[in-house]
Amino acid sequence: MSADTSGRARPEPIKAVPVRHPGRWVGVAVIAVLVAMFVHMLVTNSAFQWSFMVDEMFRPPIIEGLRGTILLLITSMVIGIGLGIVIAIMRLSPNPVLRGVAWVYTWFFRAVPRLVLAILFGNLGILWSRLEFGLPFDRQIGALFGLHDFEARLFGFSAVDILTGFVAGMLALGLSEAAYMAEIVRAGIQSVDEGQTEAAQALGMSRAQILRRIVLPQAMRVIIPPTGNETIAMLKDTSLVAFVPVSMELFFQLKAVGSRTFQPFPMYVAATLWYLLLTSVLLVGQYYLERHYSKGFGRSGRARQRLRNLTAESGSTTSGTAQ
Amino acid sequence: MTDMTASPQTPAAELMVRAEQVHKSFGPLEVLKGIDLEVRSGEVCCLLGPSGSGKSTFLRCINHLEKIDAGRIWVDGDLIGYRERGGKLYEMRDRDVAAQRRAIGMVFQRFNLFPHMTVLQNVMEAPVLLRQAKKTEAREHAAQLLDRVGLGDKLGAYPGQLSGGQQQRVAIARALAMRPKLMLFDEPTSALDPELVGEVLDTMKDLARDGMTMIVVTHEIGFAREVGDHLVFMDGGVVVEQGDPREVISAPKHERTKAFLAKVL
Repeated sequence: MSADTSGRARPEPIKAVPVRHPGRWVGVAVIAVLVAMFVHMLVTNSAFQWSFMVDEMFRPPIIEGLRGTILLLITSMVIGIGLGIVIAIMRLSPNPVLRGVAWVYTWFFRAVPRLVLAILFGNLGILWSRLEFGLPFDRQIGALFGLHDFEARLFGFSAVDILTGFVAGMLALGLSEAAYMAEIVRAGIQSVDEGQTEAAQALGMSRAQILRRIVLPQAMRVIIPPTGNETIAMLKDTSLVAFVPVSMELFFQLKAVGSRTFQPFPMYVAATLWYLLLTSVLLVGQYYLERHYSKGFGRSGRARQRLRNLTAESGSTTSGTAQ
Repeated sequence: MTDMTASPQTPAAELMVRAEQVHKSFGPLEVLKGIDLEVRSGEVCCLLGPSGSGKSTFLRCINHLEKIDAGRIWVDGDLIGYRERGGKLYEMRDRDVAAQRRAIGMVFQRFNLFPHMTVLQNVMEAPVLLRQAKKTEAREHAAQLLDRVGLGDKLGAYPGQLSGGQQQRVAIARALAMRPKLMLFDEPTSALDPELVGEVLDTMKDLARDGMTMIVVTHEIGFAREVGDHLVFMDGGVVVEQGDPREVISAPKHERTKAFLAKVL
């Protein structure tokens, strides 16, 4: 840069007129007008009844419903992700029985709409008044040996007690989610290079160890973005449990207030705002999860690591090895 | 090939690897057509040959990454992948195959380091997971090995931050962490930039000097001549010629060996 071998002076830096983008300015102007119109409508249209909405949307029954929605979201996603991982692993297993079971499971729960599942699970009490655990076909086996009223049951409980609205809704959503999560996890596992498994096999690790320590952590990078999608979709699908019926749920409670006060529209707006807020919180969580699982991958992750190593080197000599 | 069962003579003690009539097919394609090979303890055996000659497949058969169709492979006297009882072969369970592999280190062409772990974690993962050592011991041993391959200052780095040569040296350290009695190298320098080949070969020479038994699939004729104790030339799924590397390279007897060496030298 400094001394040119040919002895010529360094040329002037380029000062060119940049390309103009008039289209962008037109676009900004159009958008500004539309936004102004929208805001004007929000402020002037009396149907919104903002003060009424704000008064109502934080009342105890709504907060109860919010708690119900969040609880339902968490439990059904825990079931969905946990069971989904198991089904995905079964689907990729060398064991044909496990593969078949996993296939049937995904087939069934992806085929039936969640709304139908929710109603179905809400009415399972019709099939059994009591749920009991013990030897299967105990009566038939007893009859085979000439014993009447032979029963081998360990414990049981009333189906109506267990399959209350909340549990039924949670199972309907969670089991359905597991089918979708299974496909996402399967795609994630298959995205990991075959060489990773081979290297781990060559070190003498077992199938389970390879899956847990090598393949799944790398698959997470691929699994998390669609799982974020699923979680947001699930947040919205929790409103389906109103059909189970479950009343401790955000939208049901907001609608109830709307019906009671004959002011439904402000409550629909309140529902929109609540779901926007919850989704935004979920997005923040997803950002941090993605960052965690991108360790050692990609440009941004690598740059951050390099920076951390530099600071570690200048700090103490062993801090780079600390895990 | 079935007559092997009739003669269960235990291989001589100093033999680390013994392969008899190893056959392997992928579908209709027969890749290995009866490989016989003996590698003594402490010996460096180089497998040479054109691509598609089956040398990498044979290497992968030694630690049962590939199942062989016929023949037998013993490593340190143990039959690989099967148990022989009463003249009958029983397939080993995954758990037992894994246990056999622990004594056999392997280094791949494409490194296959675990990208989500630091260099140190890569090396200490298997010994800790397989309870071969306590965590502190494993860490110490891993740091020692990394120091030995010249990467003592990269413990906290991720594989993605290293050059190809450095990654391959980490892969060697990772394999050594299991204290193997045999090391398999599958074209360890083929994916490297030319100026990085030397550092990996130096690490391997160092290992050979320490008396490690090694089987190396390579295109590095210079390495085979300098470090190899035994050279095996394969083509079309059979061993065409074998012997002392210096003799085979300078005076190949077989036409196909001559043609191959003429191309690569």
